[in-house]
Amino acid sequence: MSSPASPEEVAFGRSGSHWDAVPLDDAARRSTSAVGPWTETSGAATASSAYAIASSGLTKQFRSGQLAVDGVDLAVPAGCVYGFLGPNGSGKTTTIRMLLGLITPTSGSHAMLGFPMPGGLADALPRVGSLVEGPAFHPHLSGAENLARLDAADRTADRRTVDERIDAALDRVGLLAAADKHYRAYSLGMKQRLAIATSLLRRRELVILDEPTNGLDPQGTREVRALIRKIAADGTTVFVSSHLLAEVEQVCTHVGVMATGKLVFQGTLEQLRGGQPGRVLIRTPQPELAAKILGGLGLAGVQESGNEVSAELGDMRPEEVCERLVLGGVPVAGLETPRRSLEDEFVHLTGEGFDVG
Amino acid sequence: MSASPVVPALRDRPAGRQPAPVSAVPSWLRFFTSELRLVFYRPRNIALLGVLAFIPLAIGVLFKLTVNNAAAGAPPFFNQVAGNGVFLSLAVLVLMLSLFLPLAICVVAGDAVAGEASHGTLRGLLTVPAGRTRLLAVKFSAVVVFALAACILVVGVALLVGVILFPVGQVTLLSGTTVPLADGLFRVLIVALYASVGMAAIGAVALAASTLTVHPVGAIAAALVFVLASEIADAVPQLSAMHPFLVSHFWLSWDGLFRTPVDLSGVEHGLLSFVLYIVIFVAIAWARLTSADITS
Ligand SMILES: Nc1ncnc2c1ncn2[C@@H]1O[C@H](COP(=O)(O)OP(=O)(O)OP(=O)(O)O)[C@@H](O)[C@H]1O
Ligand SMILES: [Mg+2]
Repeated sequence: MSSPASPEEVAFGRSGSHWDAVPLDDAARRSTSAVGPWTETSGAATASSAYAIASSGLTKQFRSGQLAVDGVDLAVPAGCVYGFLGPNGSGKTTTIRMLLGLITPTSGSHAMLGFPMPGGLADALPRVGSLVEGPAFHPHLSGAENLARLDAADRTADRRTVDERIDAALDRVGLLAAADKHYRAYSLGMKQRLAIATSLLRRRELVILDEPTNGLDPQGTREVRALIRKIAADGTTVFVSSHLLAEVEQVCTHVGVMATGKLVFQGTLEQLRGGQPGRVLIRTPQPELAAKILGGLGLAGVQESGNEVSAELGDMRPEEVCERLVLGGVPVAGLETPRRSLEDEFVHLTGEGFDVG
Repeated sequence: MSASPVVPALRDRPAGRQPAPVSAVPSWLRFFTSELRLVFYRPRNIALLGVLAFIPLAIGVLFKLTVNNAAAGAPPFFNQVAGNGVFLSLAVLVLMLSLFLPLAICVVAGDAVAGEASHGTLRGLLTVPAGRTRLLAVKFSAVVVFALAACILVVGVALLVGVILFPVGQVTLLSGTTVPLADGLFRVLIVALYASVGMAAIGAVALAASTLTVHPVGAIAAALVFVLASEIADAVPQLSAMHPFLVSHFWLSWDGLFRTPVDLSGVEHGLLSFVLYIVIFVAIAWARLTSADITS
């Protein structure tokens, strides 16, 4: 579990301070983390920062020895919708817990809304709405009472407006009609909605949602996406984790991809799409010959299987490849440049494995 | 909650800084009130208080039925009940301070943090942020209020039952002198307050246990074992050297209040012991809660 990721994995577009998908070698990565974006704002007394979340080398090793999060350098630009992706057990929730001060990082540092942590927790958290690892409320209280309880714990909340704020938050998640129902009588989807409502109790500068669509029906999932769009339209930065890329790709402007505790990609959606070199795939009865010619053209990653040959296109145009093949005597039955779907990209980054550790 | 016909959208609110709390009620009081509602409206705790209220009634009836069997070796106050119902409250306290009252306090205090952790509501509170120290202060204050409520309830019901079932009048103290009824009742009230502090001490122990686990039942059991071990050790004469340091040792040391002249030494030692227990175990709870990883 804690073994270092393979070089391809780490080198893939992992960036510290700028939004590029340029592969960085280890030394470069270390230097970017050393001057992570948080350093510009650390020590600032007010919440003004280009980054809503910035972390540097954030690491958590549990007492069991499990390295759950390993040197994560997050850079979440203010105002973006950031999809925090990764398969089960990749360390998303653990990272979020560290961001929110629930657990202490083993090493590394981070800042939220410009407040360096952990010193700035009391200043930053009232501006941050969050949902961590599923809904959790008192079963014998109603939804509205549970929200009132959380609001009462907030020393900066205005008591006089609490009823309106609770109604507004419940209304936004479509729970107003069930406001006075006991929490234990809520369905899973209703519980999830109530959890999202807690993050909307006040005007927030940053909303962190850990798998907000867990347990929701397709309709509910769409509503959450619409809600995320609305929250973002208010100028709030949204940091949303999910293990399903498809679920967030429609709303995200930026993504970070976790795999076995490491941030293996961070960038815009376009960078995730364009991050991989395109491939060319040729169907031919003479694959050996085709492979030889492709190799001779200097194309990398030549693969043969059955009567198909594929290779990374690099900066060569597909028609050029076709011409060379035909000139070389290869009967070309078909030629494609399959575009990798985001899902493929995601799986490529995180691995196909089913086992979690 | 108010049914406001027009639900204002958050979006329409003025942007910018969060409004400062401009309420007349300080924010800690609001949090504390919310905690008290949580403790006292919780069905299980209501049932617990119901049982605590029922036991004095049962004891009173039992005393009434056995009124002619005055026993020579009976604990103090037991033989006086037949003559004066006020003493029922003291006899009931003697009986209930050994198990039922500490049990009730352990349940509430042991659940205080571990219960929130096991429900997962602890992470919600901490990300509000409630503040870990502030949360602990509110939790312990609620435990103290519960301890006070439990002791007052028990003594109150016992007084009521005593008045109904037995004659009531001037109070004859243990030393033989007689004081007016009001004076006697005042002394009973002092005893109830003293017992509350003793129960708050065991509440602090249970609260510390509560910060060490996410299983409320574990915390409650650990605190109860602590109480029982202390009572057992207190009953072993060979261990007399450690008796003054046991949490239960001074729970019943208020009989000096019913002598002339009033002997305060037992109560003073007791209060010192309770306060020390509270300071030490609240400090343990604080050290633990402010550094713990909340992974529940
Ligand atoms: N309290 C803990 N003690 C030990 N190991 C833990 C603890 N919490 C999490 N882990 C381990 O850390 C790793 C990351 O867990 P985490 O909950 O952060 O994953 P995740 O990305 O949120 O997964 P999911 O999509 O399933 O929610 C897992 O391997 C998990 O077993
Ligand atoms: Mg998770």
